Amino acid sequence: MLLIHCPYCGDRPELEFSYGGQAHIARPTEPQTLSDGQWASYLYLRSNTRGIHAERWRHLRGCARFFNALRDTTNDRILATYRVGEQPPAVAETPP
Amino acid sequence: MKRQGFSALRLLTAGLSGQRSWQPQWRRCEPQASYDAIIVGGGGHGLGAAYYLAKEHKLTRIAVVEKGWIGGGNTGRNTTIIRSNYLFNESAALYDHALKLWEGLSQDLNYNVMYSPRGVMMLAHTVHDIQVFKRHIHANRCNGVDNEWLTREEAKAFCPPLNIESNIRYPVLGAALQRRGGTARHDAVAWGYARAADALGVDIIENCEVKGILRDANGAVEGLETTRGKIRTSKVGVSVAGHTSQIMSMAGVSLPLESFPLQALVSEPIKPIFPCVVMSNTVHAYISQSDKGELVIGAGTDAYTSYTQRGALHTNLHTIEAICELFPAFRRMRMLRNWGGIVDVTPDRSPIIAKTAVPGLYVNCGWGTGGFKATPGSAHVFAWTIARDEPHPINAPFTIERFRDGLLIDEAAAAAVAH
Repeated sequence: MLLIHCPYCGDRPELEFSYGGQAHIARPTEPQTLSDGQWASYLYLRSNTRGIHAERWRHLRGCARFFNALRDTTNDRILATYRVGEQPPAVAETPP
Repeated sequence: MKRQGFSALRLLTAGLSGQRSWQPQWRRCEPQASYDAIIVGGGGHGLGAAYYLAKEHKLTRIAVVEKGWIGGGNTGRNTTIIRSNYLFNESAALYDHALKLWEGLSQDLNYNVMYSPRGVMMLAHTVHDIQVFKRHIHANRCNGVDNEWLTREEAKAFCPPLNIESNIRYPVLGAALQRRGGTARHDAVAWGYARAADALGVDIIENCEVKGILRDANGAVEGLETTRGKIRTSKVGVSVAGHTSQIMSMAGVSLPLESFPLQALVSEPIKPIFPCVVMSNTVHAYISQSDKGELVIGAGTDAYTSYTQRGALHTNLHTIEAICELFPAFRRMRMLRNWGGIVDVTPDRSPIIAKTAVPGLYVNCGWGTGGFKATPGSAHVFAWTIARDEPHPINAPFTIERFRDGLLIDEAAAAAVAH
């Protein structure tokens, strides 16, 4: 089980959280101008990164707030967490 | 390349000579300079595709390149459940195509894959379950797929360890049974396809990792860059499950996939007690007993994408709790080992078996949590797609473009079941 640092509440066990998928995907401001391909990309294409992945978590059974995390998907280490609206901090890739 | 056939007589004579007369089941190959087609990924789907390319499409120079060893990925990590009772026409056609091939696979490959149609029973715990399963049964019957409704007493008779008392959190209200469903020996599927493909001249190259996809001036595939050198070919079939995104990105192809760890576990071996496969999507329990005697239990996927081939213990615990309630006799059993595999999941939970925008590049992916059951069918139609540069009618709906065109095969959402 992961130990996840909620930026609002501190370190909590993974069971208190729900996963929200890839972070920093902005909903198109004018969807009606998009082609089918562009809309499908927004809906379905994900980076599926092997390495450092920016992703959303929600402290569902705690403060219930969304925040973002940088996690290395090759070893599941959470390298940083940060609040929505903040830029992802610079982190070094860790060895697996 | 004539291989020794397996037969009862050979077993007897080899037994009398101390089992020393067996030959390696496939050659150890160095990559040649070029091939007609290369399959990336030496799991069941990839080896099977190479076998059908050689057998049915008469391609003579075929290679399978595998980063590790064959069958070391999800083919050797799943819970070996086989069934075809899917709701939609597209899915039923694909999975039942596989099931029909399973029925004759041992004879076809001359290799005992231990396909055992012992019946797959899916438990209903709620009114919603009952309605959905009955809908499945009727839809299946229209598609020629066997599936029948059992009362809870009939379910108990089919699987005696099952607890049908009404004092548990989700009592069993009935079940859907596919009698042709069952299990097979997963390693034997990889080994059997490897041996049969090798006998037809397919080069199986292990410890050969793909580092790049080479393209010509028109963008078409002209070869692979690997850790064992450059290999030329005009057709590449990618069948690498959880790492599909990484391989396909080498040719600039993006796919709607996310890779998750899926776990399984086995108990200590015990005497035969469990005669069938039982699945419960509502409480997340998937269980059967292997011929070695271990209870084989499938857990769920972890919540987050990962490439670690392991997962969290609480994911296993969730499944074990459900199994202890459904089968109280197992409460004091010890679990022997658990492991994870990386499964590539599409947004509609249906696979992609298709051509890509890159000429000569084909992909078979997105099997998510349920690819083993489809191995022969998937391999068969993928070989067709590669050889003819067009999909077989069965895999024609399983395109990449269906996500753009709104033609999802949205089995998971429609059925509210895991695969």
